[in-house]
Amino acid sequence: MRNAMIIDAKDNVAVAIEPIAKGDAAVYVCEGKEVSLPALEDITIYHKLATRDIAKGEPVVKYGEHIGVASCDIKAGEHVHVHNVEGHREDLEAKE
Amino acid sequence: MTFYGYKRPDGRVGVRNYVLILPASVCASDTTRIIAQQVVGSVTFNNQQGCSQVASDQQLTMDVMAGYAANPNVYGTVVVSLGCENCQMDLVVKAIQERTNKPLKQVIIQEAGGTLKAVDMAVRYAKEMVAEASMLQKEEFPISELIVGTECGGSDPTSGLAANPVIGEMSDRIVAAGGTSILSETTEFIGAEHILARRAATPEVHDRIFEIVHRYEAALRLVGEEVREGNPSPGNKAGGITTLEEKSLGCIHKGGHSPVNAVYDYAKQVEAKQGLVIMDTPGNDPSSVAAMVAGGAQVVVFSSGRGTPTGNPIAPVIKITGNKLTFAKMEDNIDLDASPLIYGTKTLEELGGDLLNMVVETACGKQTKAESLGFTEMAIARVCNYV
Repeated sequence: MRNAMIIDAKDNVAVAIEPIAKGDAAVYVCEGKEVSLPALEDITIYHKLATRDIAKGEPVVKYGEHIGVASCDIKAGEHVHVHNVEGHREDLEAKE
Repeated sequence: MTFYGYKRPDGRVGVRNYVLILPASVCASDTTRIIAQQVVGSVTFNNQQGCSQVASDQQLTMDVMAGYAANPNVYGTVVVSLGCENCQMDLVVKAIQERTNKPLKQVIIQEAGGTLKAVDMAVRYAKEMVAEASMLQKEEFPISELIVGTECGGSDPTSGLAANPVIGEMSDRIVAAGGTSILSETTEFIGAEHILARRAATPEVHDRIFEIVHRYEAALRLVGEEVREGNPSPGNKAGGITTLEEKSLGCIHKGGHSPVNAVYDYAKQVEAKQGLVIMDTPGNDPSSVAAMVAGGAQVVVFSSGRGTPTGNPIAPVIKITGNKLTFAKMEDNIDLDASPLIYGTKTLEELGGDLLNMVVETACGKQTKAESLGFTEMAIARVCNYV
């Protein structure tokens, strides 16, 4: 059963659309293909889990955009939230 | 599509037909409450400002007051001032008359001879105005006459996944029909301003989008504060929003995919038939909604992941959530459930159409849940402390 979703193919996090228990598979569709990934922790409904390993300092990507940087190494399947992500103000005008 | 509304002498079209009892300052606010309680068909609000403000703060207050009086949902206005406040009666009247030629009466408490005489005078003015307003017949107008304000509050990740994209779809359809949609909440552009700037219709609008974001951040830094201190809120985080950037990227979906044609300062009058525009407002809901209503929005559409009761004294506020649990828990407060978009049981086009129909029904007079529960809270943005 599909219990998670990914918004943009560039994202490295998926959103749980049902509660996912530790050890259960998070199932989502990415670019037309169903992907299954074991959740390493309980994921509260609508919270995020990493879809691949994210190294400390790497951007966390949702909506295809940077939502912050990993404040520690995050493993695929781990809960991604305030305990392991920091907001990071980018100069978006300069990036244009 | 068309709706039935009230033609005003200034050419604008209202979807409600209130008489506004407008307090020029905090010192007149309890008096206007007493007056409005006495006159069925009148509305008022608690104006916490109007005196002891620096010039830039006073301007925000004046723009909200003038904008409320000019909003086409208002038939006419009785302004009530104490008499000695900084927002002097003649200044308030001038600001209103620069925006509209609708009926206007004035009561100054210190000149009327105290509370009871002022209440007596204002109640008589208001009763007469309500009687005139009640004679007005509705006429049919195209939805190009609508200015729709869009807002999100108590956001959670479903706001960006469902409720805000559905608002964006509705907004695109209003724009395609020749109407106007306002995207607000500058603090919630932070981290997503480049996406909005790419959609700017002109280089000037592009630069203005960056300017209002940088100005907001700079204003907070002046007092040693940082926008992230209170944003995301504890409720946003409990729902699963991690950073301000994540919240912003969800927030801007309310603007759909239309080009951004203009950027307005807080509470300034928005021209009709302008497509998608931005207004520089705080993320704080009642003060952002107040600014869009002052700008002329007749209807506000408001998404909430956590569920909020927010209404407005003169504009109907339609609530929408993308969170199926919140809709089940707070159905008394929320008008539309957008969660079927997440679960694939309804498409964006279907839900956008449902919301557009709801906007038109509301414009025709159907009460929103916030209206039926009597929610009228509002706030006016401010720059700094009282002086």
